[in-house]
Amino acid sequence: MALDRTTVAHIARLARIKVKEHELDALAGELGGILAWVEQLQEVNVDGVEPMTGSVTPGMKLKMREDVVDDGGIRDKVLGNAPKSAAGFFAVPKVIE
Amino acid sequence: MTGLTDLTIAAAREGLKAKRFSATELARAHVAAMERTRALNVFVTETPERALAAAAASDARLAKGEARPLEGIPLAIKDLFCTEGVLTTAGSHILDGFKPPYESTVTAQLWRDGAAMLGKTNMDEFAMGSSTTTSYYRPTINPWARRGDNRPLVPGGSSGGSSAVVAARAALGATGTDTGGSIRQPAAFAGIVGMKPTYGRCSRWGIVAFASSLDQAGPMTRSVRDAAIMLRSMAGHDPRDSTSVDTAVPDYEAALGQGVKGLRVGIPKEYRVDGMSAELDRLWQRGIEWLTAAGAKPVDISLPHTKYALPTYYIIAPAEASSNLARYDGTRFGLRVAGDSLTEMYENTRAEGFGKEVRRRVMIGTYVLSAGYYDAYYIRAQRVRALISRDFTQAFQKVDVILTPTAPSTAFAIGEKADDPIAMYLNDVFTVTVNLAGLPGISVPAGLSADGLPLGLQLIAKAFDEETLFRAAEVVEEAAGFTARPGGY
Repeated sequence: MALDRTTVAHIARLARIKVKEHELDALAGELGGILAWVEQLQEVNVDGVEPMTGSVTPGMKLKMREDVVDDGGIRDKVLGNAPKSAAGFFAVPKVIE
Repeated sequence: MTGLTDLTIAAAREGLKAKRFSATELARAHVAAMERTRALNVFVTETPERALAAAAASDARLAKGEARPLEGIPLAIKDLFCTEGVLTTAGSHILDGFKPPYESTVTAQLWRDGAAMLGKTNMDEFAMGSSTTTSYYRPTINPWARRGDNRPLVPGGSSGGSSAVVAARAALGATGTDTGGSIRQPAAFAGIVGMKPTYGRCSRWGIVAFASSLDQAGPMTRSVRDAAIMLRSMAGHDPRDSTSVDTAVPDYEAALGQGVKGLRVGIPKEYRVDGMSAELDRLWQRGIEWLTAAGAKPVDISLPHTKYALPTYYIIAPAEASSNLARYDGTRFGLRVAGDSLTEMYENTRAEGFGKEVRRRVMIGTYVLSAGYYDAYYIRAQRVRALISRDFTQAFQKVDVILTPTAPSTAFAIGEKADDPIAMYLNDVFTVTVNLAGLPGISVPAGLSADGLPLGLQLIAKAFDEETLFRAAEVVEEAAGFTARPGGY
């Protein structure tokens, strides 16, 4: 499936990745090539087949736990890797003027 | 004492117990090997001080006769496992400086059982690749080279640092993770054993997520027994991973030595792909003969949807990745690149922080999940996945284990296949089906190509039947008698 520059720019925007103007054509070719290759799935008859959403073995029961807080009180640890923090919060560029 | 780095985990365990050498001597020998093999670029981070401190503690326990299952065994850890206070990069620029404040469950269990960490191994960025060339920290070099050709070869991927370090005798074993073949393919390329357990066998907690319905941790070692030893420590239910299954972890070692008499071995005709080399085909044939000679019965089987596995994977894995990797936005950890607005900060950070392959997959994943395409791509891929899984369920009504080659080629040169993503994806043609179906698989070194590179055979078993997998793998290992060693370290 061929992708155009506008579509690639839109996907980049949705993915929150800045793509430079001069990269759009090459990316359109790469992504279009992959999409053309996966297109072969269209030939498979999937009528009445339920989508497989995970690979947990059928019949294996997954455990539930009590719905209680079992962790926390580690604010400094949580913030420890932040590129920028202030007053116990993650800090980001101003959102509201 | 270079002899210490040639031991298997099983032999090292015996040697330590018999006090033929100390854990400290064993750790020192590996730290020296780690320094000697630096040209291979195996480690992103070396932690010799940790290895030596753990060894000292192990010596104290050994002296008291209180050895744990992996007491004093020096291991390397793929840099996808979070290790408390130790840089964890996932091979990506975007995790610059990230020191997790917690330890992954799998590594915590290895340390609980007495193992020592030598360092964190290099890998394809976010485990996306089959060559360890997409790492931000430069490619890892395979200790193997083609006869009469000194071009550096890839160690496979994504767990290529782990395969290279074990092959180069700079660790007794290593952890890997396998989303589409990332343990088994590098194991085949480096002439070692690589095992991917059943989905849900090992906790994924604390492992940097790539594609959550496919990712699974496993051991990479120089013998089948060593893989069985390591897996027992790595496996088990973990309340912090809701997909980890609460079922007893068997003593896998006890399954060894039982042979394969009467075992039915499936040979799937769809794995005889176009362009498969004659020597690989011969090796596969020899594998069938080895198992037959040991009393197993070969059975021709069909897995009709095999050819759709790679395109299915390249919808599902990028879709899950685009969601999982949304967290890298410059806010809570790692790299931040400034921007005039919050959105621009996100976009700049992700543009600079992700390499080309990761960008490609995040964008494909974003596209197939976007409005208007979700049903046509993502839901359809999940339906085909169900058919691939059903192929295996039906085959396992007739057979106990399946034998295939691990990878369609031997290790290739660094830079080869770099321009064509789909050519690179084809590396996983024999392994990716196993992840889609959630089954256990193992690669065993089984021979050398005409130009002197290792070739692997893969065995696949029913879900949670790792014991049969190990039994059959041991028979292949013994029959193959793979004793060749790489020269390039």
